[in-house]
Amino acid sequence: MPLFDYSLLLTGQYHDMLVAGLWLSLQLLVVSLVCALPIALVVALLRLAPVAPLRWLGFAYVESIRNIPLLAHMLFWYFGAPELLPEGIKQRLYEGHIEAYSAIVALSLYTAAFMAEDIRSGIRAIPAVQFEAGRALGFGFLGTMRRVVLPQALRVTVPPLISQTLSLWKNTSIATVIGVAELMYQAGQVESATFRSFESFAFASAAYLTVSLAITGLASWYHHRFPVRTL
Amino acid sequence: MLDVVQDYWVYFLIGQYPNGPLGGLVLTLLLASCGLVLALPLGIVLGLARVSPWRWLRWPVTGFVFVVRGLPLLMVIFWAYFFLPSVTGVKTDQFTTMLIALVVFDAAYLAEIVRAGIQGLPRGQMETARALGLGYGAAMRLVVLPQSLRSMLPSLVNQFVSTIKETSLGYIIGLAEVSFIATQINTQVFTKPAQIYLILGLTYFILCFGLSRLAYALERRLARRGLAVADPDAAPKVSA
Repeated sequence: MPLFDYSLLLTGQYHDMLVAGLWLSLQLLVVSLVCALPIALVVALLRLAPVAPLRWLGFAYVESIRNIPLLAHMLFWYFGAPELLPEGIKQRLYEGHIEAYSAIVALSLYTAAFMAEDIRSGIRAIPAVQFEAGRALGFGFLGTMRRVVLPQALRVTVPPLISQTLSLWKNTSIATVIGVAELMYQAGQVESATFRSFESFAFASAAYLTVSLAITGLASWYHHRFPVRTL
Repeated sequence: MLDVVQDYWVYFLIGQYPNGPLGGLVLTLLLASCGLVLALPLGIVLGLARVSPWRWLRWPVTGFVFVVRGLPLLMVIFWAYFFLPSVTGVKTDQFTTMLIALVVFDAAYLAEIVRAGIQGLPRGQMETARALGLGYGAAMRLVVLPQSLRSMLPSLVNQFVSTIKETSLGYIIGLAEVSFIATQINTQVFTKPAQIYLILGLTYFILCFGLSRLAYALERRLARRGLAVADPDAAPKVSA
C-alpha cells in the first residue's frame, strides 16, 4: 500500500462520500446562517428595548445559550425536544431527516446568541445623538432604528458577524454527534471502512481550512473595501 | 425531574468512582483546569513568538496558529486520537488524548490573547525599557509581559469558560465527562430525555455563567484602574 493514497480521494465511492459530506456541511452553514441572522437582530433589539422586561428576556436568551456547550444543545434538540411534541407531529418528524433539523435548530439558536451581542455592540457604537435626532424628527423607536441607527451600525457589525460565521462553519462539525452525515461524519465513515485515517482526515482538514481561509479572506476584503468611518 | 436527580446525582457528579474510573462533572472540571494550566505557558511562548522581531520564529508560529484556529476542535481531537498512538507507539487513553487536543487548541487561542495584550500596551513601555539598557528578552520579561498579563486576566477567565464547554466534545471519543454520563443516564432511564438534557444544560449554565460574571467583574475593576484590554475582539467569544 502506498504511504498516501491520493486515488482514494480523487475518485470512487469514498471520494463521493467525502464530497457529499462537504456539501452537507456547507448547506448546514448557509441554512443556519440564514435562520440565525433575523433571530440575532430581534434579540439585539430586545436587549436595547426601552422596556425593562424585554431587555431581561434578551439577556436571558443570550446568557442561557452562550453558557451551555453546543454539544448539549444538540443532544437536547435531538433526543429531548421531539419527545415533548404531540404524537402526530413526532411521527412525521421521525420519518424525515430529524437529525438535520435538530442540528439546524441548535446551530441557529446558538449562533444567534453570539451574533446578537455583536449587533448590539455595533448599535451601541453609534453615537446616542443619532438616535435622539431620529426621535426628534418624529420617528418611533423602531422607525429610528430602521432608518437611522441600523444602516450605520451594520457597517461596524459586519466584520464580527463574519468571524461568527467562521465559528459557525467550525461548529457544523459538532452535528456529527447526532448522526448528521456532514463532513466530519463522512470522514469517520471512510476511515472506518478503509483504515486510511490519514487520507480521510487530511481531506476533511483541508476542506475545513479552505472554507475557513475563504471566510477570513472575505473579512479582510470587507475591512479594506469598507473601512470604519468615524464621525 | 426530581426522581432522576435523586437516583443518579452521584453518577452524574463523579461517574463510577471509586468503583471505576472517575467521570462526570468532576472529570469535566479536572480536564478543563489541567487543559488551561498546561496551555497557558505554551500560549505565552507562542504569543511571544507571534510578536517577535525574528521572521524565522514568527512565520511558522503564525502558520500554526492560523491552521489550528481554522480547524474545528473536533478535527484536532480526531488527529490526536488516531495519530498519537501510531506516532508514539503508545496507546493513549481518552483523557490524555482529550487533554493534548485541548492544550494544542487552547494554546493557539491564548497566543492571540497574549499577542493582543502585548500589542495593546503603549509602545513607549518597550522603548523606555530598551533605552534603560535592557535587552529585548529582559524588557519583555520585566516590563511588557507583567503589565499585559494583568490586562489579560478577564480574557483568561473567559478562556476557562470556553475550555469547560470544549471538554464536552470528549463525548465523541467516549470520555466519561458530564455530557457522556448524561447520555448514559438517558439510555438507562430511557423515558425522560428532555429532563435529563435540561439538567445537563442547567449544570453547565450555573458553572459557566458564574465564571463569566467573574470575568465581567474583573473587567470592570481593571477598567477603573485604566488597565482595560486594548483589543477585546482578539479574545475568543465562541467555541464549542
